[in-house]
Amino acid sequence: MLQEKISFSREQLAGKLLTMQELPFSPEDVNELVRQSILNKIPSIVTTKGKSVCQRCGNDRSYLFAVFPHSTCKNNTCLYCRNCIMMGRVTQCEPLYEGAAVIWPQHADPCKWDGQLTVSQEASAQRIVSAIEQKSELLVWAVCGAGKTEMLFPGITAALQRGLRIVLATPRTDVVRELLPRFQQAFPQVRIQALYGDSEEKQGDAQLLISTTHQLFRYSRAFDVVIIDEIDAFPYHNDDSLQFAAGRAAKTDAARLYLTATPRKKEKAKIRKRTLPAVFIPQRFHGHPLPVPRLKLILTLKRHLSKGRLPQSIIKTIQIQQKGSRQLLLFVSTITYAGAVKAFLENDFNVASVHAEDPERGEKVQRFRDRTIDILVTTTILERGVTFPSVDVFVIDAGHHVFDEAALVQIAGRAGRSPVDPDGDVIFYHFGKTNAMLDAQEAIIYMNKKARKEL
Amino acid sequence: MRCLICFEQLLPKVDWTSFLTVQKPIKLCVSCMEKFDVIDEPGCKGCGRKEGNGLCFDCERWNLSEYSGVLEENVSVFGYNDFAKELVARWKYRGDFTLVHAFAEAVQTKYKNHFHGMDAELGAIPLSVERLLERGFNQSEAVIAMLGASPHHFFKRKGNEKQSKRGRVERIMGENPFVLMDSVECPVVLVDDIYTTGMTVRHLARLLKANGCPRVHSFTVFR
Repeated sequence: MLQEKISFSREQLAGKLLTMQELPFSPEDVNELVRQSILNKIPSIVTTKGKSVCQRCGNDRSYLFAVFPHSTCKNNTCLYCRNCIMMGRVTQCEPLYEGAAVIWPQHADPCKWDGQLTVSQEASAQRIVSAIEQKSELLVWAVCGAGKTEMLFPGITAALQRGLRIVLATPRTDVVRELLPRFQQAFPQVRIQALYGDSEEKQGDAQLLISTTHQLFRYSRAFDVVIIDEIDAFPYHNDDSLQFAAGRAAKTDAARLYLTATPRKKEKAKIRKRTLPAVFIPQRFHGHPLPVPRLKLILTLKRHLSKGRLPQSIIKTIQIQQKGSRQLLLFVSTITYAGAVKAFLENDFNVASVHAEDPERGEKVQRFRDRTIDILVTTTILERGVTFPSVDVFVIDAGHHVFDEAALVQIAGRAGRSPVDPDGDVIFYHFGKTNAMLDAQEAIIYMNKKARKEL
Repeated sequence: MRCLICFEQLLPKVDWTSFLTVQKPIKLCVSCMEKFDVIDEPGCKGCGRKEGNGLCFDCERWNLSEYSGVLEENVSVFGYNDFAKELVARWKYRGDFTLVHAFAEAVQTKYKNHFHGMDAELGAIPLSVERLLERGFNQSEAVIAMLGASPHHFFKRKGNEKQSKRGRVERIMGENPFVLMDSVECPVVLVDDIYTTGMTVRHLARLLKANGCPRVHSFTVFR
């Protein structure tokens, strides 16, 4: 193999964890790369005392393993992992290949962001910088619209100056799409890649990566700084294998930052016990309080839901709302109901609906942002990470189990994000209060109180 | 126990029958089981699809072409609905082999009922070397193994193009990608995972018939 090809592959493979099928080389080239220690072979499924563990996804549940007659290894009971099979099959007989580390460039002055952090943002940003410098752990608990992304800039600048490799991972694809241009603007000279299920970039060999947490399955001991955004979001918070992947993608001495607006019980307990250092930012960047949701009881709501319609009182409220200047985000519980509500409102309003499996999802969100749509009916996929300047937010059937406390706090956080229009109406329509609704309301009031005290 | 497809916990019901007799282990949850579109009475006598009555349009066209009478019939177990598409994608393309057990029982019963008493060889559909390396198993052989038989390797493949990546016209206009390796004088049942246009089995059936095989049937899991 040519020397040139090797130096090219070194960068490309650094910190990757891939199967033979995923490697863009012939088996002979792979062997050569192994001989030169550019790739390391590591066992793919380790079995000790009858318990198998998949080394890519950390799966150790026996029902997520199966055997098959493998034509390549001629073993009739070749073990494979069913948990991460959507990313290509990991079989016992084939190793995983881990790319050796490389040295990344140091950037003298990478940050070209010309905005200003507020005093309280600045203090938190300094905590982040020192966490990165000392390679420690830090939980950043910041309300929706506190300006988390901007607060990361000084820390990422410090990391780039030291020649560190950084990944910012989030459970949501939409968030990755939204973050990429903001980072590209702030760090124009640094190569930044966005990685998600169907992203154009597939390489993932940049020094600064913005990715979904799922993409971390393909990395091992790759990053000096791992930032997990929205740690409380689905599917990260309840998926052990994603947390395993995030841990494995980090170097052993990496700095680990967790960002959240609504920490789960587990994190809150760690903060209380002081085992997880945390910084709390209760105030939005524009200094205005968070809009507090109002609960509205509609006794006929259940009946209307089953027919795929909206009660008259909600329609009246929407009519009044639409006379104002704000757009409307309408959160509903299920995909079918989203479609029904959209069809129901179509005649009278300029409305669109989105859900997770919608192929035009990115496009519709963009059209809403461009204000060519007045009302966007959505499932919980738009609960977090996305910013619209001036919206009111209604939740239909807020008592549904998909709307837990974290989701409702996030949903309420969509309103009043712009300094020009720092307020917004947030209404939870329900036919029976749930703890989640009350907890969400209480959490928002609590954070507003904290913010007032800080001033 | 968990459902093979959705991993939902399965709670086997306990009553006097299950207590006193040996029960077959359940593989699927009720909701996954219901998603299969079982073909109990084929609408078309030719290709075994569920819709229609008598002979369908596609089979009539086959009868008017040079392939007329090459294939006796096709028998399939399930309709190829969206659920089946997803299942096949996971099973065949992702390589989640163990999913064959999800439909094993229904496939065995159907085969037994339909080809009852027929002394036929089971013909496997070959995969190209590249495809076999990629998947690690041959889906046609997997179905034959499930039927408790051993596959007869009649054919070899010339190229390596995937049928599923080509449209109907392309498939029908394309040349025969198989070469016959062995011939028999008994009836043959060709076994595959899906019958889509029926081109593959007709390519193979024609080769077999030209070399002394009296009757060729085809049996697929999905139609």
